[in-house]
Amino acid sequence: MKKAGLLLKRTVPAVAGAAAAALLLAGCGGASVNQVAAATGAAGAPCGTVNVALNAWVGYTANAAVYSYVAKNKLGCTVVQKDLNEQISWQGFASGEVDVVMENWGHEDLAKQYITEQKVAVDAGPTGNEGHIGWYVPPWMAEKYPDITDSKNLNKYASMFATSESGGKGQLLDGDPAFVTNDEALVKNVNLDYKVVFAGSEAALIQSFRTAEQNKTPLLGYFYEPQWFLSEVPLKKVNLPKWTEGCDSEPEKVACDYPTYTLNKVISKKFDDSGSPAAKLAKAFKWTNKDQNAVATDIQGGMTPEAAAKKWVDANQQVVDSWLN
Amino acid sequence: MSTLVRDRATAQPTPIPAREPRRRPSRRTILLGGAAVVWILGFLVLHGTSTLALPASELTDLHRSLNQFNAWVAANRADNPVFLYVFTPLRAAVDAVASLFIATFAASSTGLRLPEIGWLGTVGLLGWIAFAIGNARVALLTVAVFVFFGLQGLFLEATYTFALVLTAVLLTLVVGIPLGVAAGVYGRVAKAITPVLDFMQTLPTFVYLAPLALVFLIGPASAVIATVIYAAPPVIRLTAHGIRCIPENTREASDSLGTTGLQRLVTLQLPMARRTIVMGINQGTMAALSMVTIAALIAAPGLGQVVVRALQSLDVGTAVNAGLSIVLLAIVLDRVTTAASRRAEPGAARNRRVSRRTRYILLGVTLVLALAMVQFSRTLLWAAAFPKDLNIGPAIVQAVGSASQWMQANLSLFTVSFREAVTTGILNPFQSLLTDTPFYVLVVVIATAAYALGGWKVAALTAACLGVIIYLGLWSDSMVTLAGTLVATTVVMVLGVVFGVAMGRSERVDQIMRPMLDAGQTMPAFVYLVPFLGLFGATRFTAIIAGIIYAAPVAIKITADGIAAISPTVVEAAVASGSTPWQVITKVQLPMARQTLALAANQGLIYVLAMVVVGALVGAGGLGYDVVAGFVQSALFGKGLAAGLAIVFLGILLDRMTQAAAATPVRKIHSPKTPAA
Repeated sequence: MKKAGLLLKRTVPAVAGAAAAALLLAGCGGASVNQVAAATGAAGAPCGTVNVALNAWVGYTANAAVYSYVAKNKLGCTVVQKDLNEQISWQGFASGEVDVVMENWGHEDLAKQYITEQKVAVDAGPTGNEGHIGWYVPPWMAEKYPDITDSKNLNKYASMFATSESGGKGQLLDGDPAFVTNDEALVKNVNLDYKVVFAGSEAALIQSFRTAEQNKTPLLGYFYEPQWFLSEVPLKKVNLPKWTEGCDSEPEKVACDYPTYTLNKVISKKFDDSGSPAAKLAKAFKWTNKDQNAVATDIQGGMTPEAAAKKWVDANQQVVDSWLN
Repeated sequence: MSTLVRDRATAQPTPIPAREPRRRPSRRTILLGGAAVVWILGFLVLHGTSTLALPASELTDLHRSLNQFNAWVAANRADNPVFLYVFTPLRAAVDAVASLFIATFAASSTGLRLPEIGWLGTVGLLGWIAFAIGNARVALLTVAVFVFFGLQGLFLEATYTFALVLTAVLLTLVVGIPLGVAAGVYGRVAKAITPVLDFMQTLPTFVYLAPLALVFLIGPASAVIATVIYAAPPVIRLTAHGIRCIPENTREASDSLGTTGLQRLVTLQLPMARRTIVMGINQGTMAALSMVTIAALIAAPGLGQVVVRALQSLDVGTAVNAGLSIVLLAIVLDRVTTAASRRAEPGAARNRRVSRRTRYILLGVTLVLALAMVQFSRTLLWAAAFPKDLNIGPAIVQAVGSASQWMQANLSLFTVSFREAVTTGILNPFQSLLTDTPFYVLVVVIATAAYALGGWKVAALTAACLGVIIYLGLWSDSMVTLAGTLVATTVVMVLGVVFGVAMGRSERVDQIMRPMLDAGQTMPAFVYLVPFLGLFGATRFTAIIAGIIYAAPVAIKITADGIAAISPTVVEAAVASGSTPWQVITKVQLPMARQTLALAANQGLIYVLAMVVVGALVGAGGLGYDVVAGFVQSALFGKGLAAGLAIVFLGILLDRMTQAAAATPVRKIHSPKTPAA
């Protein structure tokens, strides 16, 4: 009983304190600096809230940053950015948690599920960027072994690319598990003496290429354009057998290069139907690989995405105006 | 796993029986030796056959059928009663609590998006709470750390994280304490619940993250629920343990007074178990905090997002800055809950320097001060949002960034040759021994070893686990993961013994090491993986290092506790009889801490296994890669789920085998003679 008494004695002041705090908060509720500012600063914003998915590569961040900047500052929208991977972003279309995906690489399975079958998302047109996926070597290798950029000669160099991870064969370094890839099938069907080793992430892939160029060590890896890293280290693409219509229709039998991807934006059906000016902006958004690389390189150099976006928007006022009209 | 609690009794010298039965240990050795011979013969003769390899992009029919889950949720979300009456209300409730805390501490959704309580108020209020439930020292620590968040330029992110962790811990307690009490009071509940808890702790978060986001939608609710799944087991276990460990005679005394079950629970069991329960809250909080970065992958706001974003651009400085905040937050929460548990100790009140009366006056005065700070932070802009000019964040970011660049530029040639040596010398041969031996040979070998260690029961369980892994279609990947895990655990144990003995023998070493160990456990792996990528490249080796950093602190701590718990009189006797320090360590301390060492190995294994998935992000391959791929590619979802299950079964197998090895055969044989305890 004594213990319970002690407990009571200790809790009484705490409860009293909490009550006092609650009273205090209630008393001052109306006068909070937050709400006062809200009352004076609230501008008429017909746009509402836009949920922008942020996928995990810097090129994407550049698109999303410029879109968010324009939506916020020119249209007065409230922009909420959500860090998500591609698959979860698409899930978000269905649940209404994501309105915009600003750069989409193919993803036919997701497009089929969410655009065709569930009808919760719509294609918002190309971003103007062209995507290339392929195999790349660091520039020093292309200089020293000029014929390495033809996949027919790769077997000649296989032993050079061997690492402790590749089990005696040459190593082909792949990236994030989320990335679109046919590499395992390609190696088999083009009869290359290579083994696909997964680096695990874009970060790991970039770091590997950077070290390879710095230390002049051999590396063959999966990479893609547009990508800011190419302006730091201009990797050289290896030519695989040319892509022709339908040559990659069966994933198990692919023996040709990757197609050129027309990168597009995807927005949720609900957002599209709402007639929000931000939805119009998402559809009109279009720029070039050069534009994206400029913004991405700035972000990479330490600028915040918002500052980099502002810099680009200020320098390209006309392009932005053309999106808004 | 569960052993952490069960076997934590202080090491006591096992009485040496008069007639030691020699047969059993030698039989064990014969069996183990025989298994090794079969294994090596199988490897040499049948090399490369029946390895059940499955390329990364290929699926089995089982994986394809698991893929249907996605479509099923989409089809049922709108009208299935489970969603209507369970998931959706649950999500709404969790969301409401999370939004309340977020609006209070981090950012409200209206106006200037300032929180209800600005930074000054947060610092004051949290400092006061720390003072009230702990002591003045932890209160000062709390205030200092929260001000430091502001100086780092991360106050907003830190408060987001704090709000989410708070929500998760509250929910964990609401779920965990009743379950823990039930498991403590009723043995049957404990038996039923233990495997579920094991499962919750070993199933990689990546496996259920995407489904959770599908069921509970993207955002705070999913993140909190994912965190609760991971953080509840320690709370449940320790609560149950606290209640179960109340001495029998105390309970009998209470029974003899005619108490009912409920009375006994409220007046005896809960108060007496209070300290252990608070320790459970402490462990649960730490577990919740370790989920911060992973929860960021489904858009949970806070420090985790800073880390994840910094990684995309390989910005080590920013990642370390945010990682430092996470570690500091962990230290604050740990110290405050520990201080609270000390205060909860019976008899603690008597030893206080200040009288209760003075303390109440102090509490009252400081409360007024804290409330004044709250009021300021609501009315004055400088006290609401942390001043932007007071920012040392960029300096930290730059210093760390240039240090890591220097390391990568100057050390990488050396580190790469070291990696190559370890990989080709140890890892590759060991891995091919596992992956290139036919599966049936390995199943026989492992089951035999399990029989030798723990008898029929363990052997049957082991064989069943292996059977499930084969059924899941991931045998070869499992063997890759097993190889990496075993190599990492070996290193962890070496570190555990070396540092654990040093810490157990010297209070000062202990004091120096402990903060570093805490940092190693709470610093998100993502933070240190980036510089390691630069040093060692994207390889299995890097993944193994990540596992070692995460698991070594646990092994070291357990070993240190075991060594320190050996009764000092025994050590003194050895010293008095002229033993050198080396002899004391090898002949007295290590043998007497044998069981603790086995426990350390057990925990080391489980912790290394917990890093398998993170390791896959830096080139580990194996099951971890399958899990990550399943998280990000809908076509591979089923395979990822299967790989997650395979990790769980691998964990059960390793756990039971090391537990069996930990139980000494001497004790086993003599147990019938001792009265059943």
